[in-house]
Amino acid sequence: MSTPIIEARGVGISFGGVRALDDVSFAARAGEVFSIIGPNGAGKTTLFNIVSGLYRPDSGKVLLAGEDVTALPPHLLAARGLCRTFQNLQIFLRMTVLENVMVGRHLHEERGLIPALLRLPSVLRQNRATRARARELLAFVGLEKRADDPAGALPYGALKRLEIARALAAEPKVLLLDEPAAGCNAVETEEIDRLIVTIAERGVAVVLVEHDMKLVMRISTHILVLNHGRILAEGTPAEVRANPEVVAAYLGRHAAEAAHASG
Amino acid sequence: MRVSARHATLLLFLAAFAALPLLLPSSFHLRVATLVWIQALAAVGLNLLMGLAGQVSLGHAGFFGIGAYAVALGPRHLGLDPLLSALAGLVLSGLLALLVGRPILRLRGHYLAVATLGLGILVWLVLNSEVALTGGPDGIQVPRLVLFGWRVAGAETWYWITGAVLLLGVWLALNLEDSPLGRALRALHDSEVAARVAGIDVARSKLVVFVMAAIYAALAGSLLGLFNRFVTPQVADFLHSIELVTMVVIGGMGSTLGAIVGAAILTVLPQALTVFHDYEHAVLGLMIILFMIFLRQGIVPGLAALLPRRAVA
Amino acid sequence: MDQLLQFVFSGLTVGAVYALVALGFTLIYNASDVINFAQGEFVMLGGMVTVFAHAAGVPLPLAALLAIVVAVATGLAVHRFAIEPARGANAVTLIIITIGASILIRGLAQIMFDKQFHRFPAFSGEDPIAVLGASILPQSLWVLGGAAVIVAALWLFMERTLLGKAVRATAANRLAARLVGIDTTLVLALAFGVSGAIGALAGILVTPITLTSVTVGTLLALKGFAAAMLGGIGNPVGAVAGGLVLGLLEALAAGFLSSTYKDAVAFVVIIAVLFVLPQGLFGKRAVERV
Ligand SMILES: Nc1ncnc2c1ncn2[C@@H]1O[C@H](COP(=O)(O)OP(=O)(O)OP(=O)(O)O)[C@@H](O)[C@H]1O
Ligand SMILES: [Mg+2]
Repeated sequence: MSTPIIEARGVGISFGGVRALDDVSFAARAGEVFSIIGPNGAGKTTLFNIVSGLYRPDSGKVLLAGEDVTALPPHLLAARGLCRTFQNLQIFLRMTVLENVMVGRHLHEERGLIPALLRLPSVLRQNRATRARARELLAFVGLEKRADDPAGALPYGALKRLEIARALAAEPKVLLLDEPAAGCNAVETEEIDRLIVTIAERGVAVVLVEHDMKLVMRISTHILVLNHGRILAEGTPAEVRANPEVVAAYLGRHAAEAAHASG
Repeated sequence: MRVSARHATLLLFLAAFAALPLLLPSSFHLRVATLVWIQALAAVGLNLLMGLAGQVSLGHAGFFGIGAYAVALGPRHLGLDPLLSALAGLVLSGLLALLVGRPILRLRGHYLAVATLGLGILVWLVLNSEVALTGGPDGIQVPRLVLFGWRVAGAETWYWITGAVLLLGVWLALNLEDSPLGRALRALHDSEVAARVAGIDVARSKLVVFVMAAIYAALAGSLLGLFNRFVTPQVADFLHSIELVTMVVIGGMGSTLGAIVGAAILTVLPQALTVFHDYEHAVLGLMIILFMIFLRQGIVPGLAALLPRRAVA
Repeated sequence: MDQLLQFVFSGLTVGAVYALVALGFTLIYNASDVINFAQGEFVMLGGMVTVFAHAAGVPLPLAALLAIVVAVATGLAVHRFAIEPARGANAVTLIIITIGASILIRGLAQIMFDKQFHRFPAFSGEDPIAVLGASILPQSLWVLGGAAVIVAALWLFMERTLLGKAVRATAANRLAARLVGIDTTLVLALAFGVSGAIGALAGILVTPITLTSVTVGTLLALKGFAAAMLGGIGNPVGAVAGGLVLGLLEALAAGFLSSTYKDAVAFVVIIAVLFVLPQGLFGKRAVERV
C-alpha cells in the first residue's frame, strides 16, 4: 500500500475548556475516499479546520505528503495541494459563478503586480486561460449554464457544487469535503456521488464528512467514526457497519437504512 | 460583444474629460473641475481598498496630507524640486502604509476603523503642531511647478494635467480589478477563509492594496498642493477622511466610475452650498444623511441596475 | 510625587468624561451595532445649552435640565430621522450617517450659538482643595462623583428594571430578543435617548473646568470611540476603564512629555494596544467559527 498523502497524528484541541477533539489520528491515500462520520458536534468540522490550517491544534501533528505542516497557514497548505469546501457555504457572493471558480485558479496564475497594472498581453492571455479552465470545471459540476450569474442567485445545492468546482480549480492532491450533500435532494445527491467518485479516480485523496449514510457506505474506501471528539471506530464500510458500538452510538436509526442501501 | 464596466468607465470619463472645457463657462468652473479630478484620484485609490477589498480606512486623508506637504516642505527645507518632492511624498506615504499596514490590516471591522482613524489623526496632529516645520494651522506656501523650464500655470493647464493623471489612475485601477490580485481582493472581501483556503495570501494582498491606496492619496495631495500653491492641515483632517469615504460610498462601493461621481458630488456640493452662508455646515450634514439613506447602494450601481441587463456589468 | 498626584487628578477628571462618552458609544453599539459619532455633540449640547440658558437668566440647575432635555431630544431625533430610515445599511454607511448627523448638529449649533469658548460657574466654588500636597478643584469632584453616579444608575437600570433587561437581551441577541417580543426599535431609541442624557451630563459637569464651544464634540467623539475600542467594543466596564486609562495617560503625557501632543496620546495608545491585542483590552478572544 502507498504511503498516506494526508495524515493527522494524535490531534487535539479545546475551546474554553471544552475538549472538542482528543487524540484523533487518521491517514488517507491518493485515490481513496476517506469518510469521517459522527453525530452532530462530534468534531468533524473542527478536524477539517485543523487539517486545513484554520485552527492550530494544542496537541498532535498534521502531515501532508509526509511533511509536518501543523503550523502552516491555509494558503501555504493550498500551495502544497490541500483544498476544502465548507459546511456553512463560503461563497464569494458579490462575484459571478465563473469568477468564483477563477479565484480557485489563483495558485496557478502568474501574480506579478506590475504586469497586472499595465495589463500586459501575458495577463490578458492568462485571464483567458483561467476563464476557459473555470468554464470546464463548471461543466464538470454541471453549472456551465449559470456561469455569468451572480453567485448569490444560485440555489443551495448548486452552491455546494460551485464550492467543489472552486476547490478543484486549484488542482488539489487532497480535497476535504464538509457535508457536500447536506440540503441536497436525491437527484443532486446522486450527482455529488458521481462527482466524488470521479475526483477520486483521478488520483485525488478525498476526505469526506457526510451525514448521508447511503452515500458514505456506497463510495467510501475507509471510514473513521468520531464521537465526542474521540475516535469511536475505524475501518472499511462493512467493518464500521458491523461495529456494535457504532450502531449504538451513532448509526441507530440510520443502521437499518444503511444495511438496506448496501443490499 | 458586451460593453464591460471597464470600457464604459473609460469611455464615460474620457467623454466628460474632453467635453467639460467646452461646456464650463469660466475658469472658476475649470478650477472646480480640477478639484474634482484631484479628489477623484484619491477616491479611486480608496475604492480599491474599501470597495474592492472591503477594508475601511477612516484616516486616508493622512496619506493625502503627506503628499500635499511633501511639495511644500521638500522645496523649502531640502531645496528639492517640487516634482521630486512629490515623488518623495509618494514614497514616504507608501512606506508608512507598508510599515503600519501589516499590523493594522489584521484588525477587523470597527477595530480597523479606529486604528486607521488614529493613524490619520496622528498625521494631522503632526502637520498642525510642528509649526516651525509646517507653518502649523495657518498652512504653508507651495512653490510653482516648473517642468523642464515650463512654468505650469492657468486653470485650463491644471485641468488637463490633473485629468490626465486621473485617467492614468483609473486605467491602472481598472487593470488591477481584472487581474488575479483584483479577483483575490474581491474574494477576501466576501470570505477571508475561503480566500485563504484557495491559496490567497490574504495579509499580503491587503497590504499591497493598502499601499496602493496610500500612494493614490499622496499623489492627489501633491497635485492639490501644486495646484493651490498653498496647503493647510485641513487636507489631512478627519473631515477630509470622511469626505473621501463618503465619495466612495455615495458613488457605489467597488465602482471606479462611482468614486469619480462621488468625488464630483462632494466637491461641487460645498461650492454650491456657499450660497447658504451660515447654513453651509448644517446643509452639508443633512445632504450626507440623505444621500446615505436614499442612495445606499451608490449612484453608479443604482443607475446600472436600471440599464438593460448585460449592457453594463 | 505631589506633581504626579496632580496629574492623576486632572487625568481622572478628563478620563471620566471620556468614559461617559465611551459608555454612550457602547450603549448604542450594543443595541444596534451602530457606532454613533454624534456622541460628542451631546456633550457639546450639554455644555452650550446650559451656558446660553444660564446667560439668559435661567437658574443653573434649570438650565442644566434644559440642556439634558435638548440632548435627549437630539438623540431621539438622530435615531428617528437618520438611523431608523437606514435600517439594514452596512456598517460604513451607518458610520457616515452618524458623522453626517454630527456635522448637522454642529452646524445648527453654530447658527444658534456662537464660535466662542464659554463656561459657567463651578457648582461648589472655584477654590482648590489641598489633598496630599496636590490640589483638586471642587468641580473635579463633581465630575468624578457625577460619573460614578451615572455609571451606578445605568448599572441598576440594566440589572433591575424590565426595560434594562430588554436592552441587555437585545445586546446579547437581537433576533432572539425580537422573537420573545422585545421591541428592538424602541430599545434602540431608548439607547439614543439615554446616550444623549449621559453625554449632556458629562458636558454640564466638565464645562466649568475645560470650557466648551460648538466644536468640542468632534475630538471628544473620536477619543471616546478610542476609549470604547480600547476596552473592547460592546463592553461597558471596558468602556469606563478605557476612558479613565486614556484620561490618565493623556494627563501624564501632557505633564511629563509634551503638551503639544496631548491629543495624540489616545490614538497612539489605541494603535499600540490593538497591535498587541486585536480585540482591545477586555475583548473576548474567540476562534472564528467556520
Ligand atoms: N471556533 C469554535 N469555538 C468554540 N467552540 C467550537 C468552535 N468550533 C467548534 N467548536 C465546538 O467543538 C465541538 C465540535 O464541533 P464541530 O463543528 O467540529 O462538530 P461537527 O462534528 O462538525 O458537527 P456537525 O455534524 O453538526 O457539523 C462542538 O461542541 C462545537 O461547539
Ligand atoms: Mg460540521
